[in-house]
Amino acid sequence: MGAVAAPHVETPAVDTTTHAAASPELPQPYLELGLADDEYARIREILGRRPTDAELAMYSVMWSEHCSYKSSKRHLGYFGETTTEEMRAKMLAGIGENAGVVDVGDGWAVTFKVESHNHPSYVEPYQGAATGVGGIVRDILAMGARPLAVADPLRFGPADAPDTRRVLPGVVAGVAGYGNCLGLPNVGGEVVFDDSYAGNPLVNAMCVGAMRVEDLHLAHASGTGNKIILFGARTGLDGIGGVSVLASDSFSGDETSGGRKKLPSVQVGDPFTEKVLIECCLELFGKKLVVGIQDLGGAGLSCATSELAAAGDGGMRVELDRVPLRAAGMTPAEILSSESQERMCAVVRPSDVDDFMVVCAKWDVIATEIGEVTDGDHLVITWHGETVVDVPPRTVAHQGPVYDRPFARPAGQDAVAADTPDSLPRPSGPDELRDTLLRMIASPNLASKEWVTQQYDRYVRGNTVLAQPSDSGVIRIDESTGRGVAVATDCNSRFVYLDPYRGTQLALAEAYRNVATSGAMPLAVTNCLNFGSPRDPGVMWQFERAVHGLADGCALLGVPVTGGNVSFYNQTGDTAILPTPVVGVLGVLDDVRRAIPTGIGAEPGETLLLLGETHDEFGGSAWAQVMHSHLGGVPPAVDLERERLLAEILVAGSRDGMISAAHDVSDGGLAQTLVEMALVGQCGARVLLDADADPFVQLFSESAGRVVVAVPRSEELRFTEMCTARGLPWRKTGVVDPEAGALEIQGVASLGLDELRAAWEGTLPALFAS
Amino acid sequence: MTARIGVITFPGTLDDVDAARAVRYSGAAPVDLWHADADLKGVDAVIVPGGFSYGDYLRCGAIARFAPVMTPVIEAAGKGMPVLGICNGFQVLCEAGLLPGALVRNDKLHFVCRDQWLRVENNTTAWSTRYDTGAEILVPLKSGEGGYMADRSTLDTLEGEGRVVFRYVGENPNGSRNDIAGISSPNGRVVGLMPHPEHAVDALTGPSDDGLGMFYSALDALAGLVSA
Repeated sequence: MGAVAAPHVETPAVDTTTHAAASPELPQPYLELGLADDEYARIREILGRRPTDAELAMYSVMWSEHCSYKSSKRHLGYFGETTTEEMRAKMLAGIGENAGVVDVGDGWAVTFKVESHNHPSYVEPYQGAATGVGGIVRDILAMGARPLAVADPLRFGPADAPDTRRVLPGVVAGVAGYGNCLGLPNVGGEVVFDDSYAGNPLVNAMCVGAMRVEDLHLAHASGTGNKIILFGARTGLDGIGGVSVLASDSFSGDETSGGRKKLPSVQVGDPFTEKVLIECCLELFGKKLVVGIQDLGGAGLSCATSELAAAGDGGMRVELDRVPLRAAGMTPAEILSSESQERMCAVVRPSDVDDFMVVCAKWDVIATEIGEVTDGDHLVITWHGETVVDVPPRTVAHQGPVYDRPFARPAGQDAVAADTPDSLPRPSGPDELRDTLLRMIASPNLASKEWVTQQYDRYVRGNTVLAQPSDSGVIRIDESTGRGVAVATDCNSRFVYLDPYRGTQLALAEAYRNVATSGAMPLAVTNCLNFGSPRDPGVMWQFERAVHGLADGCALLGVPVTGGNVSFYNQTGDTAILPTPVVGVLGVLDDVRRAIPTGIGAEPGETLLLLGETHDEFGGSAWAQVMHSHLGGVPPAVDLERERLLAEILVAGSRDGMISAAHDVSDGGLAQTLVEMALVGQCGARVLLDADADPFVQLFSESAGRVVVAVPRSEELRFTEMCTARGLPWRKTGVVDPEAGALEIQGVASLGLDELRAAWEGTLPALFAS
Repeated sequence: MTARIGVITFPGTLDDVDAARAVRYSGAAPVDLWHADADLKGVDAVIVPGGFSYGDYLRCGAIARFAPVMTPVIEAAGKGMPVLGICNGFQVLCEAGLLPGALVRNDKLHFVCRDQWLRVENNTTAWSTRYDTGAEILVPLKSGEGGYMADRSTLDTLEGEGRVVFRYVGENPNGSRNDIAGISSPNGRVVGLMPHPEHAVDALTGPSDDGLGMFYSALDALAGLVSA
């Protein structure tokens, strides 16, 4: 039962291994498939013959940049080199698995990962974004975890550009349409606009999941005789991309020939099927019916079979003609390369196959036994009895080419650094400061993102404690104890452009600080490194510096990088995007009831304290961008020891109930932080600036390592004494005043909450609510 | 004796765990009901929760109404069993003919997730006795097809018979006729609403705990403390 017969297919004449051995001179379209001459030669050397069409399809997708990390691998090794045993202590699985897993205490393990779906989302915003969510959720599921929440870091071209009006609403609707239908709360993410993303938006998707430590499932196929079961959606022609050149004979670009249609190479998502697949998988895990599991994402069955086999003992036999199809006449190469969504591949003991099929039937999930683990060391794939693939799986999955791409600091970098914002005209006097503040909070990057986030379900499953616009998303994982996690993603790519090493450390510092600002102790790091072309030595220099900055920063903070994703070729013509290494940080809260909210006014009588120090730092700032369209100079200094101290103070303050609200100071400076704390809390405040310092610098500088906390008056002395004793600079910066109905910045302006709200909330609806 | 309240799971149902939690918080025992089983397991009341039953690629709730479990639900509702449909559940109850009207795509065309104020218009139904008439409660609204539509005479009937149970306060979020958020059957035992009371049972994870009143009300109705 469960095995559904494939629709009747006309068996095409296929390229078998025997045929390949007998026809060494047959020209093959390897260049069209993206393989270089030397890569093709290496495949021939590995196999001792030319590859079959199906093998060529497998190698070409698995050796692509996206799957093989061939340009980045050399540099990514640095993460491992800088991870100490102590940092590794809480890691249950790391780089190389579907997603990193960390022990968060009480027997709970949490897994999280970010992936890019940039290029598909530019071509087809809705489906590109939707399937990005679907893919990352299956990665988390493949670790044995129940997916708990998603978050989406997004980057778009200028907010008022016509193409942004095409891309943004589609991407947001895709994230919402898929995630909402899956029943996963969306708890965070980012929406950032910059000219450099105009032809290349970034759609990154994060997912967090949890499981009991003992339920961790790793992707491996071991145990001779164990069955390989493909389950979930049928396999179709969507997402095949370049491999269609292998079939060019059979349809010659004519939609009618052979009755087949050319489908777009962006995959089409079906969130309902994925929701059912999630519940089905969790029931299978619960009943211990799965030995190993792998999701089918990029490179489809090519990836799943070769990775499962490579991670196991090596031997696997697959009967490709058993794969349930939704298009007639698909070739073996197409079936292997199809990126049809919502599919999983499991390794199951023979004695458990019947029970496995019963669970799948309960959820109406199609499940088909397609092969078994063998005692050999080759992955052998047959098509109606004839062998079309016979390869050592590790050569497909792990032994792809590794490039040592040249990298060099671009010649123009010095000029960029020399072009400081110091000579830009600054506002002076109360009126100019007031106008600057209102223009800043209404600018697309600083304005409220509610028009986007209110399309996302943040409540489903009832465990969301904090979501956007909080500093991090906080999710309860255990209802009985209140244990939970906080996640945040950040990257100010303007800082990274000015100094990739420091800029990436600033991204790490901000994500780390955001997690701590919610009261959680940061525990682990993931990333999604979005860059231009690796063939550009300047881009490779940015990449190399970013990796080193992140790895060195993590070592200083004592938090390991548990996984990540690299997306290259994000550029239009010769112009690369601003380097965008999105950093995700995961933190743990022993009890989410002590999570710190953003809005002020929850407690009667709160004092506002600014923790950290403010310097005159405007390189790459929002002020330079909004008021002067300027990007130059150096980014703010980063002090990771200070960030760690700040986090410890925030967590201690949260534990002892000393902090009633907190918000980090970053893009837009202190002014932005105070406006958001007031508007989210719907409560006014009186702000006291330092009379001896420049009010402009105090309000708009983007110095790192700063957080504004609201402390109940009764706790003020205890809290400030703790800061002083531990050497964390603090400054009393105001008092919360529920009666004021305004943000009164002494000596500058009194800004009514209604006026602030109109400025902050009006921008995105005016641009996108057609 | 502890009341037993069934919570239906269709493939694609999402808020069943939340509905079960709300039942638990109110002191009753949640009972899982599976879409494919025409069996209510002897429950005292039924909740049809939110989500996207069968994907809702057709009209929302149009397939779910034919699920085997709906036959005994319709039968029991006819005999006065309290039934609550939330969001997709409301759509299912409309498709099943237990409540009049239909839910259509939001007028602004986007999915909307927000904390929504509702006014309690009728506190005599099986699911609203714990509120004062005119009380305002804060619960999440999260739907893409939440616009309540009915013909004029149906609307007049609902208004005339006091069967509009909850009404949106402030800006209408989805184009619902008469700002209707929830309605009841003529005998007040079956109630459907688009907003989610089960997401407002604890201020830690929701905007308030105002939603608990609906579940307490049903327990009162079952205990015969009030007659609807």
